[in-house]
Amino acid sequence: MSVIVTAILALLGLAMAFGALLGFAAIRYKVEGNPIIDEIDSLLPQTQCGQCGHPGCRPYAEGIAAGEDINKCPPGGEATIHALADLLDVDAPELDAEHGEEKAKQVAVIREDECIGCTKCIQACPIDAIMGSAKHMHTVIESECTGCDLCVEPCPVDCIDMVTLDKGHAAWHWDPPKPGHIIATDKPSRIEGVSI
Amino acid sequence: MTSSNIIASTREVYDFHGGIHPEEMKSLSNQTPITKPAIPPKLVLPLQQHIGKPGKIIVEIGQKVLKGQMLAEADGFISAALHAPTSGLIESIGDHPIAHPSGQSDTCLTLIPDGEDRWCELEVCEDYLALAVNEIQRKVTEAGISGMGGAGFPTAVKLHPPKQAKVNTYILNAAECEPYITSDDRLLRERANDVIAGIQIVASILKPKECLIGIEDNKPEAILALREAVFGTDIEVCVLPTKYPSGGEKQLIKLLTDKEVPSGKIPADIGIVCQNVATVAAIYRAVRYGEPLISRITTLTGMNIHQRGNVEALLGTPIDWLISQYDYRPATKNQRLIMGGPMMGFTLMHSDVPVVKTTNCILAPGKKELPIAPPAQACIRCGLCADACPAELLPQQLYWFSRSQELEKAEHHNLFDCIECGACSFVCPSSIPLVQYYRHTKGEIRQHKADLLKSDQARERFEARQLRLDREKEEKDAKRKARAEAAAKAQATKKAAGESSAAPSGDSNDPVRMFEPKSSEVSQQEANTTPEIETVDLEALKLAWDKAQSKLDKMYDALEDAKANNPDNVAKLTRAVEKNQMRVNQAKLAWNKASETKAQPLKVETETTEQITKIESVDIEALELALGKAESKLMKLQSALDNAKPEQVEKLTRAVEKNKGRVESASLAVNQARTSTKTNNETEIELPDLPALELAFEKADSKLAKLQNALDNAQPDQVEKLTRAVDKNKVRVETAENAVLAARAMLAKTVTSTEAGDS
Amino acid sequence: MSLLTLSSPHSKGPQSTSNMMRWVIAFTIPGLIAQTIFFGWGNIHNILWCSLVALACETVILMLRKRPISFYLNDYSAVVTAVLLGLALPPFAPWWVSLVATSFAIVFAKHLYGGMGYNPFNPAMVGYALVLVSFPVAMTTNWATPAPLLDGVPSLAQTLSAIWSGTPLPDGFTGATPLDFYKNEIPHSLSETVRENPIFGDMFSLGWEWVNIAFLSGGIGLLLLKIIPWHTPVAVLLGLGIPSLLLGHDADQTTPLMIHMLSGATMLGAFFIATDPVTSCTTKLGRLVFGFGVGLLTYIIRVHGGYPDAFAFAVLLMNFAAPFIDVYTQPRTFGYDKAKRGPKTRGES
Repeated sequence: MSVIVTAILALLGLAMAFGALLGFAAIRYKVEGNPIIDEIDSLLPQTQCGQCGHPGCRPYAEGIAAGEDINKCPPGGEATIHALADLLDVDAPELDAEHGEEKAKQVAVIREDECIGCTKCIQACPIDAIMGSAKHMHTVIESECTGCDLCVEPCPVDCIDMVTLDKGHAAWHWDPPKPGHIIATDKPSRIEGVSI
Repeated sequence: MTSSNIIASTREVYDFHGGIHPEEMKSLSNQTPITKPAIPPKLVLPLQQHIGKPGKIIVEIGQKVLKGQMLAEADGFISAALHAPTSGLIESIGDHPIAHPSGQSDTCLTLIPDGEDRWCELEVCEDYLALAVNEIQRKVTEAGISGMGGAGFPTAVKLHPPKQAKVNTYILNAAECEPYITSDDRLLRERANDVIAGIQIVASILKPKECLIGIEDNKPEAILALREAVFGTDIEVCVLPTKYPSGGEKQLIKLLTDKEVPSGKIPADIGIVCQNVATVAAIYRAVRYGEPLISRITTLTGMNIHQRGNVEALLGTPIDWLISQYDYRPATKNQRLIMGGPMMGFTLMHSDVPVVKTTNCILAPGKKELPIAPPAQACIRCGLCADACPAELLPQQLYWFSRSQELEKAEHHNLFDCIECGACSFVCPSSIPLVQYYRHTKGEIRQHKADLLKSDQARERFEARQLRLDREKEEKDAKRKARAEAAAKAQATKKAAGESSAAPSGDSNDPVRMFEPKSSEVSQQEANTTPEIETVDLEALKLAWDKAQSKLDKMYDALEDAKANNPDNVAKLTRAVEKNQMRVNQAKLAWNKASETKAQPLKVETETTEQITKIESVDIEALELALGKAESKLMKLQSALDNAKPEQVEKLTRAVEKNKGRVESASLAVNQARTSTKTNNETEIELPDLPALELAFEKADSKLAKLQNALDNAQPDQVEKLTRAVDKNKVRVETAENAVLAARAMLAKTVTSTEAGDS
Repeated sequence: MSLLTLSSPHSKGPQSTSNMMRWVIAFTIPGLIAQTIFFGWGNIHNILWCSLVALACETVILMLRKRPISFYLNDYSAVVTAVLLGLALPPFAPWWVSLVATSFAIVFAKHLYGGMGYNPFNPAMVGYALVLVSFPVAMTTNWATPAPLLDGVPSLAQTLSAIWSGTPLPDGFTGATPLDFYKNEIPHSLSETVRENPIFGDMFSLGWEWVNIAFLSGGIGLLLLKIIPWHTPVAVLLGLGIPSLLLGHDADQTTPLMIHMLSGATMLGAFFIATDPVTSCTTKLGRLVFGFGVGLLTYIIRVHGGYPDAFAFAVLLMNFAAPFIDVYTQPRTFGYDKAKRGPKTRGES
């Protein structure tokens, strides 16, 4: 009988000790807010395009923290999905095609001949990358444009193009080496005028 | 063969970690003296042959230039000038493939030599050691000299050491550690005195405590020549054991001074300046003879070039021409042209790229020479690469991180300290192209950082915009409240005022004069209300309108009265009646507009609403154009839909719907604009802005002329596009012309009416 | 003319992976000769049989993985595994023991992890440990008695029949190894008595000492050719020698130093097994730590564990630790004051 009592007391004592420790830690080392949202937001590409269904990147970050899928961001593409999967310790699914496709980096360009100065695109741009005012020429600040596509729709004269930039040899870098053509052939690759 | 007494260094030489001993292959090209090829048929001069900003062109196409004439000046501090290597004609300035591993093009000047090789005027200076420091710096800058050892750093920058950094050691890099390359070897054998004189010039600026020339022991003749040349000076010749990469700047500094340049810093930060011997020889030529940098010594080697050796090639010489002058016989397959040595040189994608200031070697390997590496096997973690790395990195860890795209870990393992010397790839038993992985990963990391910077900026702008919108909303709400209160107050006071002003309208001897002060009162009220359309002061507007109407009625009565009794007042009264009619209509319109805009939700700021309404009332042409476009687009889509494949049908149907909607809204806008303009025209509210319309017409006309000119000179594939543009602009010109004529007519009418009224 | 586009460097050093593997095999030959002289044909036969099994298994796996077969077989890594197993397994071990050990090593411990270069554990030692644990009788009763104690080594025919048909050999041909014997006898005898047993011979352990000396010389050859780094074998020997020196001073309690060093698989393990580059550490300091750990663990398991020769387990345990050791023994890079030891912490640039 005393054995049972001793056992119960011992367990109770341990439980109380650990509970006290945990409680102390919970109060002493409490973290304000939910820092995971900031971390998720720092991985998103900040195009503020809305293709994920949220009005901006931060609301999507909050959504992810609440449990949403991480594969809804086309401008971030696969790199972002992998980074998010690493951060959150989940699987990295394929990009959800419903929200768009991953495209090369583009910027919007206004064909100035046709611009009527209606400011509709200025209102649509989520990061104020279009300069101009009413009845004056509008132009896209190329260095700020994230290619989110939101200005193309509202333009009544359809004068905005999405153009892929070519930054020349300053932005070029080497491709990774291909692992060698050794799948399903028994001989090393015969190279003729092909870059490896 | 070598006398070890002469070769042995008098100064202690240290060692650096790692290094390899590839086959030197120097004897292929160092047996013969430097030759000078003929002047090539054309010279292609890239603007950027150095680190920093490209030069600013100061010549024009079609200009004749002399040898040594400056073609582009340095743009800023870290930049270098460019000079004509021979006299001739500037044929063109445009894109041309340059010597870069990407094979891309860059801006180049093409010079066609005239064969006369005439020098421009040169600044010869015999007593060069007595020159002032800033004079020497100026000469070096204007000579366009940049590092000729391979990096291409503008030399003038190195000759401006910061005041707080004292230069202790001035090191000359004559190591030439890479196999095959012998250009510095021959330079030292034949022109050692130039090199020593150049060292003295630079030393007079830097004033170092010691000058050291580092040279490998596989160049005994060059060492001999150097020792003779330095006799009597206090320059030391230090002989290094042959090891690749002793010629790397940081490794050379470690060998000679046992100091390590801290990561991320430059040698100047530890009081050391390092230059290549060829650069120094060029400095001498520039200061003493005024010759700018227009040629350099290049090694032509490899078994496919049968007259191997060193040549003094003019900058801009196309490489295919140059090697063909020296019996180049290309291989039938797996042909490669390497600019640089076998360890760090890059393959050329186009063989007509020009020789530039950093071209130290052109290597055309034969069939069995430099065999292509076999396919890479798996890494067996043997560690031979870490043993060979002169930067004491862990290449295999960097390899694993590069393969798995773990950019952060690669950076943590000091990937950016890699000097890309290739020693690790050389020793790898599995033939893994390690350096390519590192180059790729470095590029990825840089791009990643740039993207991060951009996305941070975008986030800031987005948040700023949100703040702005929130703030505007608050301000609008506050203003609305304030206006509502003010309107209520104004209404009350107006009511009181209206009753009191009813009295004086009764007495009148001169009905016209009686009305005029009052009309000014009304107009003032209108002036007060019209700019504030969106404050929904409907009551006030209605009131004004009623008043104006009542006045008008009274005036009509007066007119009838005058017609009957006072004939000489008739004209005046008629005019007054017209004026008031106008005012009544204005008031009515204002009230209409206010009620309209009140119905529509306001999305934009104060000023823009007013302007938008103004726009809608005036820019009919634009809206009609938009309507036309939308309609044509809709027709196109509908025809596409008819001819579409089944999987596209859905998409096209959606597009058709969308465009139908667009067409409807466009036509609606046009109609609205038309009606509003009609009312405008009836009431003649706005006198048309004739000067602006004329300007627009002139602009459109000139544009049309330009386009027609372009069309006449156009290439066939552009003709269609240009014809369309010409038609479009013709329409524009016509519209503008019509607008001008209409405006003129209208103005004429009002002028005559006022004239008539005034008489 | 179309030009090839390749990344530098364009010239290549002389060393290649298959070359290195072949040298490793070549330098085991002295030890193999010594083994044949003292213990008969068993080892040679086992090497051949294991090589056959290894190549066959690798071919089948490569076909399943859709890889080019001759490209991968030519890197000789399967042959090295087979040779090491053939040298390490008892000379009279039945054919199915070698079969299981080799096939498990090649299929599970090498190819299922991705092939050469991707395996975290030494394949030969995985195979050895498997059969040691699964077939303890076959692994402990098939060690050969050294030749000087017999009239002659068993003939080839006898060896083959012992291995293949399970015909037991005449008594006396098999016997305990010196390590085994010493360990079992010393608790209840004095060392002089134990050492009188003829298997210890005049020096340390009859037969085994020469085998180990032969492997040592082969290992030195590998060191001179720079095929293996010196850090690992030296550290292994130190890790085994220092504890046995310090703690084995009383020969009446524990096995003395020289018997440790020159019996069993000490030299084979130090120079050929622990130096397997794929599974050991990459940094120099890391290799020292790894080697010392292997030696120390071998000593501990030999003295206090249940197995007479513990090299396999020691190596496998240190293989577990190798990546961790790597992270904490990174060298200082040129241009830095201190080495960046440890993983990257958040917030570090």
